Amino acid sequence: MSSRDRILGRVRRALADVTPDERPYGEAVPRDHLRVHGERTPEQTVELLAENLADYRAVVHRADAEGLPLLVMRLLAERGAREVLVPSGLPTRWTAAADVARIHDRAEHTPQRLDRVDSVVTGCAVAIAETGTIVLDGSSDQGRRRISLVPDHHICVVRVPGQVVSSVPEALERLDPARPLTWISGPSATSDIELDRVEGVHGPRTLEVILLS
Amino acid sequence: MSGTFVGMPAFPEAARAAVHNATLRGNLRHATHTIRAKRARAVAELDDWPALREAGRRIKDHTLRHLDRYLEQLEESVTAAGGTVHWAADAEEANRIVADLVKATGESEVVKVKSMATQEIGLNEALLAEGIHAYETDLAELIVQLGKDRPSHILVPAIHRNRGEIRDVFRSEMGAWGRPAPEDLTDTPAELAEAARLHLREKFLRARVGISGANFMVAETGTLVVVESEGNGRMCLTLPETLISVVGIEKIVPTWRDLEVFLQTLPRSSTAERMNPYTSMWTGTTDEDGPRAFHLVLLDNGRTDALADQVGRQALRCIRCSACLNVCPVYERAGGHAYGSVYPGPIGAILSPQLRGTASEIDASLPYASSLCGACYEVCPVAIDIPEVLVHLRERVVEGGPAVRQGNKVVLKPARGHAAERAAMRAARWAFAHPGTLRAGQRLASRTRRLHPRTLPGPGRAWSGTRDLPAVPAEPFRDWWQRTRAGRDGAE
Repeated sequence: MSSRDRILGRVRRALADVTPDERPYGEAVPRDHLRVHGERTPEQTVELLAENLADYRAVVHRADAEGLPLLVMRLLAERGAREVLVPSGLPTRWTAAADVARIHDRAEHTPQRLDRVDSVVTGCAVAIAETGTIVLDGSSDQGRRRISLVPDHHICVVRVPGQVVSSVPEALERLDPARPLTWISGPSATSDIELDRVEGVHGPRTLEVILLS
Repeated sequence: MSGTFVGMPAFPEAARAAVHNATLRGNLRHATHTIRAKRARAVAELDDWPALREAGRRIKDHTLRHLDRYLEQLEESVTAAGGTVHWAADAEEANRIVADLVKATGESEVVKVKSMATQEIGLNEALLAEGIHAYETDLAELIVQLGKDRPSHILVPAIHRNRGEIRDVFRSEMGAWGRPAPEDLTDTPAELAEAARLHLREKFLRARVGISGANFMVAETGTLVVVESEGNGRMCLTLPETLISVVGIEKIVPTWRDLEVFLQTLPRSSTAERMNPYTSMWTGTTDEDGPRAFHLVLLDNGRTDALADQVGRQALRCIRCSACLNVCPVYERAGGHAYGSVYPGPIGAILSPQLRGTASEIDASLPYASSLCGACYEVCPVAIDIPEVLVHLRERVVEGGPAVRQGNKVVLKPARGHAAERAAMRAARWAFAHPGTLRAGQRLASRTRRLHPRTLPGPGRAWSGTRDLPAVPAEPFRDWWQRTRAGRDGAE
């Protein structure tokens, strides 16, 4: 007998008390929890996103379409970045003003090569106000998962209010599970020393979020 | 479970050493009290917490009641998305599957995301026996691995270590495993985290095989979810060419939407955050992004035995948040090592004896490692009634009876160590069945009450050393009732 059959057989014997007429999934699982916590205007939702991002030590900036290239240039310059990773579908305008070498996100780059890059600029798929989370889904303006991971400095552009949702339930509805998803809430951190939160372990230690209106 | 814990003494013995270790108690007290208050604040932010908790309980219960169907559905979805599914009935089989998969890649080292399932099966030791080095990359796991220590907490395996001890471990041990710690390393948490970053980075960048567990598996989509903080998980899940995930069969949720409940309750319950820094979700493989090969090893290792127990099966709802450890007065004083398992604390006290059976001394003693205060049940985000299962397992230890072990029905013998308890219970049963004898005994006890000792003799001394023996009243209750109420209120 294969282990598959053995395990499934054990499961079925263990569940001998379960009758076939049990309530189906839809009835067995109540969803009395809230879709959204609190009532907010779209502007207030963006404000809450900014607050919660900052609460977990992400650096929040705001810009309009015109000011964005200059802001990106300034942030990269302040960081002293010489090389910046750019996903293939990132609007070229966003980094147009910056005086840096653009390294394109390519499959053939080794992790060691990515490790020498100073910064990365990406878009995002959705941002969650209640938790201060940005979600990347590997779309062309976000690139492969590793490019927002290996460099120590991540600049993420969120289009507001369009890409902002209030809550986790709303975010899941917008996301496609078939895509590789990365949920990011602040820079890399750990609670492993005396259960106290410290920022800065393996992921980018500086996360800058630009709210683009 | 892991061979690391073979031959552990019973809980009271193991705990005795721990409670006399002032440093350990100080470390645990500091850490658990810090997180307790923070968790309460994070939970209070959500005014629908009871509804989320109930939804979590029901989702998990429903899944467990139809686990066969959801396992088959998951296998289908993962396979359709480009993954390969393996089934492991026990630890040995899981270890062999993983070792063979690693060997097939030609690699002799792997990087690991923290995973309770792989600790449970002793994967690192099994891989080492095959010449494969497994590097733990979670900061706390790294501390445990470098210090040749054992984990003592589900979320923070090195919770028993304070910052000074961690610095000492890093200074003396890092060099033997790779990049040494800086000479002038201090004990500030930020510097310790930096040392770990530098030490592990070279391992991440060259790794070809990653090994993980998973917090959730979605049956309808085949999506796996890993919730973490440091980014070591993302490194292991995306940089290697081959990813092997070892996951307990109870980690399934039916639908994508179900994640909306657990992604709200898990971070707040475990690290007391609105959301943990990083959550990775992947479905099979993606072209040119992340691992090219993905293997999912579905692990039983005692879970179906627990599933067969109609009271005990609720332990399989556990999402490993560790909130129950952080509030437990016994855990706070005894520490995690005394539980003799990778699953310490209240959840460990009901999980280990079900996964491993109650044959060993440590497993038979675990259901007693509790004051039944119920704080664990209060904080549990999936409402596992831990006290109920503890009492149920105590009964199983003392009385024996039918159970399922490795898929087979067995009848457990009553445990040897509880002969006095059983004798006392038998005597009580006999006495209550013979009212005349009971009355005579009670009257005798009342009349001789001035002669009763203040402490018990022999082995009972330990019990009465810290407690007053209950005082025997001057008149038995039944006599008093007869004298004052007889004939009234319709009494006899």
